[in-house]
Amino acid sequence: MIYEVFRQERKGQPFQHAGSVEAADNAFADVYAREQYGRRGESTALWIVPREAIVEVDDFVDELNRNYHRVDGYSLKQKLKEARERVGSALVARDR
Amino acid sequence: MSEREQAFLEYVQSGGQVEAGDWLPDDYRAKLIKFIEMHGNSELMGVLPEREWILRAPTLQRKLALTAKVQDEVGHSQLIYRVVEDLGKPRELCLDDLISGKAKFHNVFHYPTKTWGDVGVIAWLVDAAAIISQKALLKCSYAPYARIMKKICWEESFHILHGRDVVLTLMNGTDAQRELVQEAVTRWWGPLMQFHGNPIPKDEDPMYVWRIKSQGNEEARQQFLDGYVPQIWELGLTVPDPKLRKNDDGVWEYTEPDWDELRSVVTGHGPKSQDRLDLRRHARENSAWVRSIVLARAA
Amino acid sequence: MNESEARSLLEIADDELILGWRDSEWTGIAPLLEEDVAFSSIAQNEIGHARALYELVARERSTTADELAFDRAPNEYRNSRLVELRLLEWEKTIARHWLYEQADAERLERLKRSDNAEVAGLAAKIDREEAYHRMHAKMWFDRLKDEPRFTAAVDELRPLLDEGRDEHTPELGELWEEMTMVRRSQPAGTKW
Repeated sequence: MIYEVFRQERKGQPFQHAGSVEAADNAFADVYAREQYGRRGESTALWIVPREAIVEVDDFVDELNRNYHRVDGYSLKQKLKEARERVGSALVARDR
Repeated sequence: MSEREQAFLEYVQSGGQVEAGDWLPDDYRAKLIKFIEMHGNSELMGVLPEREWILRAPTLQRKLALTAKVQDEVGHSQLIYRVVEDLGKPRELCLDDLISGKAKFHNVFHYPTKTWGDVGVIAWLVDAAAIISQKALLKCSYAPYARIMKKICWEESFHILHGRDVVLTLMNGTDAQRELVQEAVTRWWGPLMQFHGNPIPKDEDPMYVWRIKSQGNEEARQQFLDGYVPQIWELGLTVPDPKLRKNDDGVWEYTEPDWDELRSVVTGHGPKSQDRLDLRRHARENSAWVRSIVLARAA
Repeated sequence: MNESEARSLLEIADDELILGWRDSEWTGIAPLLEEDVAFSSIAQNEIGHARALYELVARERSTTADELAFDRAPNEYRNSRLVELRLLEWEKTIARHWLYEQADAERLERLKRSDNAEVAGLAAKIDREEAYHRMHAKMWFDRLKDEPRFTAAVDELRPLLDEGRDEHTPELGELWEEMTMVRRSQPAGTKW
């Protein structure tokens, strides 16, 4: 059975996919993943998952470019420039 | 080449990477499998020249370092065969082809190791030559391979230091110890010069065209010479090539390596090729029962 | 530390060194690549334990760990017969591994209660590393326990656990020759 291995480098960091190992069962997978991805103390924890348990999702669709819920959907530079200029000319007018 | 293959070629040549489940041109897949398989075979066969010296290591520290180095190499072969398996060729089939001589492994692992001097020289120079090739795979167009190369390069970083430490200790020791190193350098020079393969131009090398490798053979060899000949000379060691020099354009000139020897060796006619394959074959036959108990699964 | 304590530490150190040497004989030829890597870790741990134990004794005797490990004559080693045999059949290697780890666990428990703080501390550290060895041995025991060749190997090897510390087989002599050949090629004190 193929197991996918996710490793956490230090406490608090995300688990990232590190690779896969072949093993007969969970006990063997534990030993083999530990060796391959941790024998130098380079991981603080591992998640080992049978490959068949993984559900892959890779067919994202965004045909109409919905940028309203992303940072790149907001271009404020010009508006801010206008707003600052308005305040600037209002101050100049007040101080005359 | 079909339109789809042409688009794929342009994609990888502009830095694009692909994954295991993506569509791959037949030629790309075939060349990739053969290349990666040879790498896996080489890591595995590379263990055999070194294993005896674990048993003979003259200090506990050296014993531990050498055991760890060799362990890394087996671990690398495991990672590499996993990649080949996900491309469609099972590991057991790779091992069958290795043992039968159908599949190849790198020239340097067909030669004997004769002294403790070899242990130092292999970890220092042979591994250096290999690491240059491996770094050229970090940007491989096939992403699963590029990813394991990152892990492999990181693990190999201590191998060269271990080699250098062994060599420097010997060079600072007795006359007999210095002679061990010189004799090993002299003996390994030929295979080292052949290691990166004959200098076909990059654009005629399918590995480069498909961006599996990011460097041509001659480029790799020049990098090796540039990095390591000065290190060899500064220790007072000599290299058995009177023509070896760096010319005014910064290019290393050298006696043409024996390409016939390379061809003969990688096709299984090296001094230790058959012995080592026999050892693998016997070990594999004797332990078949273990695998059938542990890997009991549908073929 | 008195001489009797030093001798017991040497027994364990010699067991670990020689067993580590035998376990290293599987390098490159283990039944599975994964086992090659796992068994190599076990061998490294064993050599590491031997080194730590030799270092403790070495300080008492004004010598070094390497000199204790390699510069004694074969008949001065205190290892058991079980560890000095070449057992390049997997069922025998695992049988030895399983038997040895159990006996070693008991031995370490006693050592953890030593009056000597350094010895007790080292025993605790070694014991924590050995948890992995026991896990590995049990994993294989569970897989092989119904195999006749395995149960036969366990029966054959069990009596050898505490035999032969004073009298060695020719196998130890051969092992010693190979283990020390590089070191003996230069005068004592040469750096490697």
